[in-house]
Amino acid sequence: MTTEVLSNLAMVTAAVVYLLAVVAHAAEWASLRGVPVLTSEQTETYRTTLARSNYWGRLGVGLTMIAAASHVVGVVSRGIAAERAPWGNMYEFVTTLMLFIVLLYLILLRKAHLRWLGLLVNLLLTLGMGLAVTVLYVAVAPLVPALHSVWFIIHIVAASIAGAAFNVGGLATIVGLLKARSERRGTAQVGYLARLPSLERLDTIAYRAHAFGFPLWTFAVAAGAIWAEFAWGRFWGWDPKETWSLVTWVIYAGYLHARATAGWKGRRAAIIALIGLVSFWFNFIGVNLLLNGLHSYAGI
Amino acid sequence: MASTATQRAPALGAGEMLRWFWTQLTSMRTALILLFLLALAAIPGSIVPQRSSSPIRVNDFREAHPNLDRIYQPLGVYDVYTSPWFSAIYLLLFASLIGCILPRIRQHVRALRTPPPRVPARLDRLPEYAGAAAASTAPGLTAAHAFLKGRRFLVARSENGISAERGRWRETGNLLFHTSLIFVLVGVAWSNLYGYKGSAMVVEGQGFSNTLTQFDELRAGAFVDTNALEPFTVILDSFTVSFETGEVQRGAARQFDAEVTVVDGGQRRKELLQVNHPVRVVGRSVHLIAHGYAAQVTIRDGDGRVALSGPVIFLPQDGNFSSAGVIKAPDARPERLAFEGFFLPTAVVDDRGPRSVFPDAYNPELFLNAWTGPPKKETGLPENVYSLDTSGLEPVQLNGDLARFRPKVGEHYTLPDQMGSVTFDGWSRWAKLQTSSTPGLWLTVGSIAAAIVGLCLSLFIRPRRLWIRLVQDNDGARFEAGGLDRADASTGLAEDVRGLLAAAVGDPSPNSDIDRDHAAVRNQESEGEQ
Repeated sequence: MTTEVLSNLAMVTAAVVYLLAVVAHAAEWASLRGVPVLTSEQTETYRTTLARSNYWGRLGVGLTMIAAASHVVGVVSRGIAAERAPWGNMYEFVTTLMLFIVLLYLILLRKAHLRWLGLLVNLLLTLGMGLAVTVLYVAVAPLVPALHSVWFIIHIVAASIAGAAFNVGGLATIVGLLKARSERRGTAQVGYLARLPSLERLDTIAYRAHAFGFPLWTFAVAAGAIWAEFAWGRFWGWDPKETWSLVTWVIYAGYLHARATAGWKGRRAAIIALIGLVSFWFNFIGVNLLLNGLHSYAGI
Repeated sequence: MASTATQRAPALGAGEMLRWFWTQLTSMRTALILLFLLALAAIPGSIVPQRSSSPIRVNDFREAHPNLDRIYQPLGVYDVYTSPWFSAIYLLLFASLIGCILPRIRQHVRALRTPPPRVPARLDRLPEYAGAAAASTAPGLTAAHAFLKGRRFLVARSENGISAERGRWRETGNLLFHTSLIFVLVGVAWSNLYGYKGSAMVVEGQGFSNTLTQFDELRAGAFVDTNALEPFTVILDSFTVSFETGEVQRGAARQFDAEVTVVDGGQRRKELLQVNHPVRVVGRSVHLIAHGYAAQVTIRDGDGRVALSGPVIFLPQDGNFSSAGVIKAPDARPERLAFEGFFLPTAVVDDRGPRSVFPDAYNPELFLNAWTGPPKKETGLPENVYSLDTSGLEPVQLNGDLARFRPKVGEHYTLPDQMGSVTFDGWSRWAKLQTSSTPGLWLTVGSIAAAIVGLCLSLFIRPRRLWIRLVQDNDGARFEAGGLDRADASTGLAEDVRGLLAAAVGDPSPNSDIDRDHAAVRNQESEGEQ
């Protein structure tokens, strides 16, 4: 088995196991459907229900860890097979971004009890990895000369970590919006959402993820501009990728300001964050597929 | 309702109007709206082709969509980033930004000089509050002082209490970030006004001098004297290009190595110019930004003399370098000659017509039509060397059809009626070299670096104020402690307040004797974190 085949196998395995983790977390969520939050008079059945949900949740986390291990093998062996950093085309970018997302999630899982994000994170990972191995896949090949630069590594690592933070923050924002909706509907004391941390806490986590990502994104865009100065002799040329990375930056800047502005806090700010995430994804994939520019790599 | 309101409103003087406008402009709400407008306004430029980056695609687009063009052209959609409306948005945004931060800088400088605010009268109104009886054995305010110092608070003692503050650098970072953004723009403006970019297509073996006349394209700022550019010459000694020949990414570029000789003030030196490695000459950068093929041709005229001999640049039209070009021999006699057609580095002819199927030159061929006409008067006006003005020219006919020539390297075609001949002697590569001067780049890059530092300070520093006071009343002596966070998304305020109180009381388990007002809230929060 060549390293390239090993990499492919590991990536597919990761995608499948992420899907299993989605199922486990969905079961965790669903098994609490309609179950009220009781503080006293807990019956035996009630405790069994909670234990079952908890079991599914732990299974989900375990599966995510297995998938992440396989994912690491996939990305690292891809780099070994290509004899370079594995960031030469869309397939490699997507698998790398997904790896940073799962690693960030697992770190936060330990530090901030983030299991309630498991369903959405694994859904995203399944979609991302599934898309990568089916649609975006290209075999290993060397880099085009424009990518021969140290800025290549700096730019992409920064952009990927920032992207991972935006994605985790965006998913936490979605969970927050779901919980806020259930509270508005008066179903706040029933089901999985009722057992999540308070809205303030969810908002704090979402904000911190974004606040961590934003300076990194700023740096990634700036590093890209410096690289463009070396490669193409201009710092900023309004290439579609550059334009959309600025659009993304501006939207997230808007989010940070909105949180500090009366009348924009809460729901509105949350929606701005999600628009930012849409812009990030359009910049990441849409620009390459739909628009004509310098960032269209060989293949996709 | 509206009309009565208008009647009652006192008329605003011009000064008040200005003041009102300024207040509106510098409000956060306006800044937010301008930010979103900026994001929205930038989008069309990524969808519609732009003159600055792809003028040819703009022309194609205008021909293909005449109806849209009628709207786009007057709106400046082909030059979004220099259009009045885009400029208006970012200039307003920066005006708003300046208006917002100037007063804040003044305030912040003042705040940095003042000690932490004195203990508020009602500590129990603060978001976080705790109190405990003070035993006579309590270590008291001195211990509280040490506790605060240990946590790197800025501390001010008063008679009965302590004020403490931390995280003043947050606002410093915030202001640094916003100020730096202004300097990013100043750097860009500086580069635009005092910098230039000039490019020339240079065939292997030839060179170009950094003077106005040698550039194919020159974009210079308003304050650049284009007649006094730094004198130096770059000669393209050789240019090696290789492409992927394997199965994966077939045809993708793999290597661009330009060996150049730089002649600068009488000194010659050899350098290797690559895509990510520009050559620096007297503070200017020379970049390799494009490449293509030039056909070496010899044109003989009807009198048998050589009317043209040398490389003619063809411009690539697709990823496989099917290249279009024009060969002009205005000095050919008795009739002048011109050829128009394609250079195909790996030529095939199939049902899609003649085209190149690989970017490298494995089977180079020329596909040419010929034109002829009476000699033209020398006008001295510059002429586009890449397009053919066919006025005064007739297409050359052969057997009642348009004459087509398809020479391979070394082949020779004779035109009918003894008009002359064309020989395809060989090919060479050309490289598009760009000299650029970006004098404000250091300011832009430096400001971005400062902006990122400021951003990190403003996002990660969490300012907090803590107070503690010793109260003597009818119930005896007691300590009261309170705290306030001055940034959202902070945690740990309750712990700090409890810790401060415990330090003063001298109690290792601060929960034992604390007022329970806030305890319920805390418990809820910590449950939520499970």
